[in-house]
Amino acid sequence: MVLSHATSDSDGSVHSTFASRYVRTSLPRFKMPENSMPKEAAYQIINDELMLDGNPRLNLASFVTTWMEPECDKLIMSSINKNYVDMDEYPVTTELQNRCVNMIAHLFNAPLGETETAIGVGTVGSSEAIMLAGLAFKRTWQNKRKAEGKPVDKPNIVTGANVQVCWEKFARYFEVELKEVKLSEGYYVMDPQKAVDMVDENTICVAAILGSTLNGEFEDVKLLNDLLVEKNKETGWDTPIHVDAASGGFIAPFLYPELEWDFRLPLVKSINVSGHKYGLVYAGIGWVIWRNKENLPEDLIFHINYLGADQPTFTLNFSKGSSQIIAQYYQLIRLGHEGYTNVMENCRENMIVLKQGLEKTERFNIVSKDEGVPLVAFSLKDSSCHTEFEISDMLRRYGWIVPAYTMPPDAQHITVLRVVIREDFSRTLAERLVSDIEKVMHELDELPSRVIQKISLGEEKSEANSDNLMVTVKKSDIDIQKQRDIIKGWKKFVSDRKNKTNGIC
Amino acid sequence: MVLARTATNSDESVCTMFGSRYVRTTLPKYEIGENSIPKDAAFQIIKDELMLDGNPRLNLASFVTTWMEPECNKLIMDSINKNYVDMDEYPVTTELQNRCVNIIARLFNAPLEEHETAVGVGTVGSSEAIMLAGLAFKRKWQNKRKAEGKPYDKPNIVTGANVQVCWEKFARYFEVELKEVKLSEGYYVMDPDKAAEMVDENTICVAAILGSTLNGEFEDVKRLNDLLVKKNEETGWTTPIHVDAASGGFIAPFIYPELEWDFRLPLVKSINVSGHKYGLVYAGIGWVVWRAQEDLPEELIFHINYLGSDQPTFTLNFSKGSSQIIAQYYQLIRLGFEGYKNVMENCIDNMMVLKEGIEKTERFNIVSKDQGVPVVAFSLKDHSFHNEFEISEMLRRFGWIVPAYTMPADAQHITVLRVVIREDFSRTLAERLVADISKVLHELDTLPSKISKKMGLEGVADNVKGKKVERELLMDVIVGWRKFVKDRKKMNGVC
Repeated sequence: MVLSHATSDSDGSVHSTFASRYVRTSLPRFKMPENSMPKEAAYQIINDELMLDGNPRLNLASFVTTWMEPECDKLIMSSINKNYVDMDEYPVTTELQNRCVNMIAHLFNAPLGETETAIGVGTVGSSEAIMLAGLAFKRTWQNKRKAEGKPVDKPNIVTGANVQVCWEKFARYFEVELKEVKLSEGYYVMDPQKAVDMVDENTICVAAILGSTLNGEFEDVKLLNDLLVEKNKETGWDTPIHVDAASGGFIAPFLYPELEWDFRLPLVKSINVSGHKYGLVYAGIGWVIWRNKENLPEDLIFHINYLGADQPTFTLNFSKGSSQIIAQYYQLIRLGHEGYTNVMENCRENMIVLKQGLEKTERFNIVSKDEGVPLVAFSLKDSSCHTEFEISDMLRRYGWIVPAYTMPPDAQHITVLRVVIREDFSRTLAERLVSDIEKVMHELDELPSRVIQKISLGEEKSEANSDNLMVTVKKSDIDIQKQRDIIKGWKKFVSDRKNKTNGIC
Repeated sequence: MVLARTATNSDESVCTMFGSRYVRTTLPKYEIGENSIPKDAAFQIIKDELMLDGNPRLNLASFVTTWMEPECNKLIMDSINKNYVDMDEYPVTTELQNRCVNIIARLFNAPLEEHETAVGVGTVGSSEAIMLAGLAFKRKWQNKRKAEGKPYDKPNIVTGANVQVCWEKFARYFEVELKEVKLSEGYYVMDPDKAAEMVDENTICVAAILGSTLNGEFEDVKRLNDLLVKKNEETGWTTPIHVDAASGGFIAPFIYPELEWDFRLPLVKSINVSGHKYGLVYAGIGWVVWRAQEDLPEELIFHINYLGSDQPTFTLNFSKGSSQIIAQYYQLIRLGFEGYKNVMENCIDNMMVLKEGIEKTERFNIVSKDQGVPVVAFSLKDHSFHNEFEISEMLRRFGWIVPAYTMPADAQHITVLRVVIREDFSRTLAERLVADISKVLHELDTLPSKISKKMGLEGVADNVKGKKVERELLMDVIVGWRKFVKDRKKMNGVC
């Protein structure tokens, strides 16, 4: 007689994901697991853990695009397995990159003939773009100095202290000295006059930012150009300008077309822009454009032969995905001039709505300007009881991610909260944010200040310990003042450490 | 009386895609168009143009992964809008990167304690990884020389001539001299003895490749280590080794676990591997791991404070997508040791099938070895009528993309065809490829040679005997020209 055998130890594939043993065990953190696990389990476990990440669309800290049309998502997914660098195998994708470069160069008024191809390349972001541009300047300067028989060992670059961290990386990794123009209270961008004063014979270029990360302001590139032209005439050097238009490059041509900041100015030799900021593409694409061939030294370019034609390449990364390049081309033809202008105008409108809502609370100073990148940077009028960092923490409970930063030298005492208005930040969300900020302010007003709380704790203790309940409530004023100073000093020390390198991006 | 008005100029949204005006006009190529176009039109037009790209899965030139499971594709799409560098906002994603670094470091036998965190970082590919590793070596060497009071303006790096182009980029952009060990016929990797000889006091490191791009061979890192230990003892220098395990890093631990090439060798200070090659993730992810904290100079690291704790970062790229990092973690836990081993063993089996099929045609020499990256590199036995480039072009008609390359100096006269066996290259495809190669050979046999055709026309017109000398001259000129063209094509980005 055959006994039927009940399936007690079912095959793993029968179990529903949350009934299986995979949700009971700890995920490998340090060592590769010995055995495989079913793909559904792997998917579910990782998906679940990722739920605890912030919501990208509520991340008001970032300029980087967080939403694209479903059609574009489809294009991205179908090209996710194309390695961009295989130019031979994917000639159309390479062609699309070349078209994007040409379009962006024309957007920046590069002095090109009717059918002349632009000089530029797609990168993984503005960091790579800036490093390539910096390398080109460094090599051009070295060649010039060698021809003149002068020393080439101390190149430097002049920028404002408000530069994004990738300029510091460039300086450190490529051994170029970084000469920073310090900021001052109320003036949070690079002062063109001070910059030109700092230029010397070893300066490879002056870097101006169109759209400072701190408050969105556009630097006055025209003034810098004019001052530098004069200085070049006097000294006989030919110090060029690079414009870091990471944010502003896709805003200025549509909102402020008369603003002269690009190749219309003769000393501007290269420009970088982030496709993944206001180019409206997901993270992972940047562009760098040179004015013309002579601004890109030939010995930096590697020549690859494809389809019998020469394809010059000059990038730090080799293999990378093609999706973002195709997505950038999609956006450029899908939106066109009209579409980009509409999106930027909407962003600016929503920025004004948010700004006015904040002004109405009468608790904040608005640090950002109306002209520039659509963002609102604001700081508390009265920061004696509470700081911007506390507001930032409390807003997180509502789901909003609004970062607080201290300004770089010499304005370190100013802390700002910054909200970036991206394409997908609608008016409804702006109004909701204002009301949530008001709620937070009410809550904070109820809370005693953290500093004062410590001091009053000290006072209460001394009251309780003493038999004499009428002990003087105020300890000696000097003690309290000393304590306050110590605590303030310590707070500043901690916030400096916390925020100086908080990767403002 | 109201006249009914028929809609003659229909609203655009009514038109079918291929009936609309968008397929009649030229797409903007040089300037941004003035007006927007509907998203369906944009999508369709771009998609159609992209049909003319090669099929990624038939691209047998590339090591880079071209297929992942649908579950992983879902994870990728969900995280496509996360900017990796926002560590504050996406702490879990950052944690996943750290876990991957630890797992990979231990895979390479880094000398770490049970819960000690490894030193390493995720990059956009092996190019960035190599540049970071090279930067670390350069800075370390400079600091040492400064402390000794010696000049530090002429750093150099010793590699084989078979290195991938990113080492040349590193050398050129970071101003380090590249000292290449030349190859020789039959020996297509770096000779450890010659390499050790080339080391001098300005050498910042010696770079060995585990999985040469040309024929998949593993270099003898152990021998290099032993020779260099001896040389260091003699000279008092401390020249370290970097292993470029872009392809081999995810193969050797599973197929050849006793092969000593990683941190088990004391002079190996850093290793890079491409997650997007045999790490089985789509293009856009690489890893570099250092042996210990002291091998990565502190001054190169930028410290970012997140969640109250310190997250050190050292990368060239800042903003980038998070998808590939999540995909790498998925693969590491989904497959585990067992899964990766199975995949690699399958690749090796399919490589043998392909190799045997090609050997059976009796027209090719196999240039690749059995041990190493699963690649079949082969060249024609008889070059007099046709060459490998023609075979490569004819295979394209069948849909296969099989590249032909010339070897670097000093073996430039050898041309090889190379087929990379990836995870998704099944046995069926291997057998089909062999059949198609046989077809191509038959076709070529019927075609007159491009050279002899030229020659033939001449020979018929002239006195055959008397023109023998001229013929030889012509032959020399043509061979020389062919070599010149092939050499120019040499920079074909062997990758």
